[in-house]
Amino acid sequence: MNNKPLRPLYTIPYTAWILLFVIAPIALIIYFSFFDLSGNFTFDNYNNFFSSVYLKLTISSFWYAFLITFFTLLFSYPTAYFLTKTKHKQLWLLLIIIPSWINLLLKTYAFIGLFSLYGPINALLETTGIGKQQILFTDFSFVFVSVYIFIPFMILPIFNSLDKLNPALIDASRDLGANSWTTFRRVIWPLTLNGVKSGIQVVFIPALSLFMITRLIAGNKVITLGTAIEQQFLVTQNWGMGSTIAVFLILFMFIIMLITSSKDRGTTINGKIK
Amino acid sequence: MKEIVRGAAVILLVSAILLFINAELNDGGGSAGKDSITVYNWGEYIDPDLLKQFEKETGIRVIYETFDSNEGMMGKIEQGGTSYDISMPSEYMIEMMQEADLLLPLDYNKIPNVKNIDPYFLDLPFDPGNKYSLPYFWGTLGIAFNPTLLDGQTFESWDNLWDPSLKQQVILVDSARETIGMGLNSLGYSLNSTNLDELREATDKLKTLSPNVKAVIGDEVTQLMINGEAAISLTWSGQAADMMYENEDIDYIVPEEGSNLWFDNMVIPRTSTNIEGAHAFINFMLDAEVAAQNADYVGYSTPNLTALDLMDPEVTEDERFYPDEETRGHLEVYRNLGLEMLGQYNELFLEFKMDMK
Amino acid sequence: MEKLSKLPKIYLVAVFIILYAPIFYLIFYSFNSGGGMSNFESFTLEHYAAVFEDTRLIVIVINTVIVALLSALVSTAIGVLGALAIVFMRNKAMRNAVLSLNNILIVSPDVIIGASFLILFTMIGVKLGFASVLISHIAFSIPIVVIMVLPKLQEMSPTLIDAALDLGASKRDVLTRVIIPFIKPGILAGFFLALTYSLDDFAVTFFVTGNGFSTLSVEIYSMARAGITLTINALSGLIFLVTVVLVIGYYAISRKTKAPLSGVRK
Repeated sequence: MNNKPLRPLYTIPYTAWILLFVIAPIALIIYFSFFDLSGNFTFDNYNNFFSSVYLKLTISSFWYAFLITFFTLLFSYPTAYFLTKTKHKQLWLLLIIIPSWINLLLKTYAFIGLFSLYGPINALLETTGIGKQQILFTDFSFVFVSVYIFIPFMILPIFNSLDKLNPALIDASRDLGANSWTTFRRVIWPLTLNGVKSGIQVVFIPALSLFMITRLIAGNKVITLGTAIEQQFLVTQNWGMGSTIAVFLILFMFIIMLITSSKDRGTTINGKIK
Repeated sequence: MKEIVRGAAVILLVSAILLFINAELNDGGGSAGKDSITVYNWGEYIDPDLLKQFEKETGIRVIYETFDSNEGMMGKIEQGGTSYDISMPSEYMIEMMQEADLLLPLDYNKIPNVKNIDPYFLDLPFDPGNKYSLPYFWGTLGIAFNPTLLDGQTFESWDNLWDPSLKQQVILVDSARETIGMGLNSLGYSLNSTNLDELREATDKLKTLSPNVKAVIGDEVTQLMINGEAAISLTWSGQAADMMYENEDIDYIVPEEGSNLWFDNMVIPRTSTNIEGAHAFINFMLDAEVAAQNADYVGYSTPNLTALDLMDPEVTEDERFYPDEETRGHLEVYRNLGLEMLGQYNELFLEFKMDMK
Repeated sequence: MEKLSKLPKIYLVAVFIILYAPIFYLIFYSFNSGGGMSNFESFTLEHYAAVFEDTRLIVIVINTVIVALLSALVSTAIGVLGALAIVFMRNKAMRNAVLSLNNILIVSPDVIIGASFLILFTMIGVKLGFASVLISHIAFSIPIVVIMVLPKLQEMSPTLIDAALDLGASKRDVLTRVIIPFIKPGILAGFFLALTYSLDDFAVTFFVTGNGFSTLSVEIYSMARAGITLTINALSGLIFLVTVVLVIGYYAISRKTKAPLSGVRK
């Protein structure tokens, strides 16, 4: 595509967008991270990040993001795999996606009701003889609701890569005497790895920064980097510290993008969730 | 190509029609103008019927918006892109906003109803001479609890919360000054302590409360208490009144070690574009009947003396919500500790939350 | 292709039940004449009536729709131009750099987008309200449109353009007669995705709104903070209905234009 049928004039709005809404915001965040509350230039925010509770916060935030990503993948892969085998697979896929279009806050509120002491889950536990359990405000409920929210975003890229898989390859593997497990491990998994990587990318980073449900579902017993940023910006009004945490989150984001970026341009990334 | 252009045209047309409908629904008023005021208030903190009554009496339309923290509110006003005419910050926030030059002085010629206010609530240290603010509601911070869920257990002090039998029962407020303040109070320190050793001690004491903590949340707690989902919570008095109204089993106390006494006040932010209308609104809210109706609806304590006469004596004589002056003397009003110190409180609070499991 | 056996079928059914349980739970209790989300008393439509009687709520719904439509339209236009710019870029390193920049906003957490846009608007002096919300929505939707349109553009064979040029078509004709029709499914997909992103957004709007301007999700947040009221349930019932209609509409369109379902990737 070396011919240039378009005048550079066309590129102005997009370039302006990149400058104003991608580069400028990141630059501003980095800039603000060097200022303290009274507007003096300082490295204190960075010192603070490494010496205090924020490091612990980062580690626990990573741990939960890892758990969420792991369970999301665990449940999504078989779902995506079985979906590709259904008759009207595109329609079924659509049905998987619809719930992700319902407002996140609405679903969260539904879970508050579902998990409550007098809610249906506990009623069910009671009739099965297990008895009432405190489900809301636990790490379990936090991971469960997060996995619930992210599942469609993980299923999509995996489904797309499975769908592109040439069935002849699987037949060939069978014909050559490989059993189902070997076929999966040696043929299917490597060929869908890019889908899995994009899935991990669209789940792990947002999981690091979940902030509404840490309070509503986990009762603040789980705190993520996102919660901390929101608190610094909207409560403490320490934009400097908030920006510093944001700088680290952006850094982690780049690292994860690098690790999970696929060399070939088969599956493009797609997705963003709160 | 043609289809795409046509589609874009349809979308623009639909948007234009919708904009027109919205303007019609809004009675043709813009977001701010001579005949409208924008009120920025806490959630669930006014009787909506009173807004309608105000519109009817004065012809000034009210645009109403809510916030959920003093700091968030100040942030929006400071940011500058807003045009709020009235806001209701708490006392320490009035000091902060005044320091940041965000408030306009009140013109008492336009607020004759100021005579209705109990002098006890005027001329307080956070705003000497009430130059910028007039009281809206006041109240305390204490413990709401439901004895039927706790084998009849009752509470008198903060220390009662540390009772080992209360595993996973206590709900705290997701706000640093309230929760750290509870730790400070239980150790006999001042709520306005800026002594880092005292703050550290309070945080460490709070950490020992962790096994009893069920959650650290916000306004959602009201519903949980009403449903019997939670048994004990750190609660503001008016919120407790809401709970008690819906669930008779619930009781409320202000712990004996002391607690927070707070005032929410009406102010006119510097961003106001209708100062005349803002004064009219303040005067309207201080009217005896209006204040009584509002207090009835909201459940917090009114500083309006003439309104108290119009209200149910059973409410106004309830020591839990209208403690006498002597009790009030034991309580402490938040001072503005500065952003630096607020940051300290928040960091310690974060440390406490991180420690919970 | 092999048929699904019983176990996978049960697994899929379980996944679907869990995915839809919270939504149907909300909708079920929207018909409850009792006050809360437990103990179904009797059937009523009063909560739905309450939604329609609330002019403030209707104004907010209309606000939300206007922001969604306009932001999707503008971001689609800019996004398509951006995708063209990327595809026609000669320098490969440059192209990859631009693509990475493009993807930053997609993977950025909403909190960061919201916070940084708030700083930006404060610095430039944009008034918080309709304009700031609309601009933010346009800004975070553009990269998604680019991602949707780009694969279609890359699929297009360069010889197609050469052929058109050889046949005497002007550059303008190439764009409007050759390129745009070819990438139309991608454009549509991008538009719909931008629409849903805008409708769904809470965090960014929460940071940049002000002056009494509110969208549905911000309003739901402040309603729900005050405790569960069944008006929210009724509202979610209505939203679900509209979503399903939109999705079916989109499905029909994409089938007609034979677009792959990649459009609904999110």
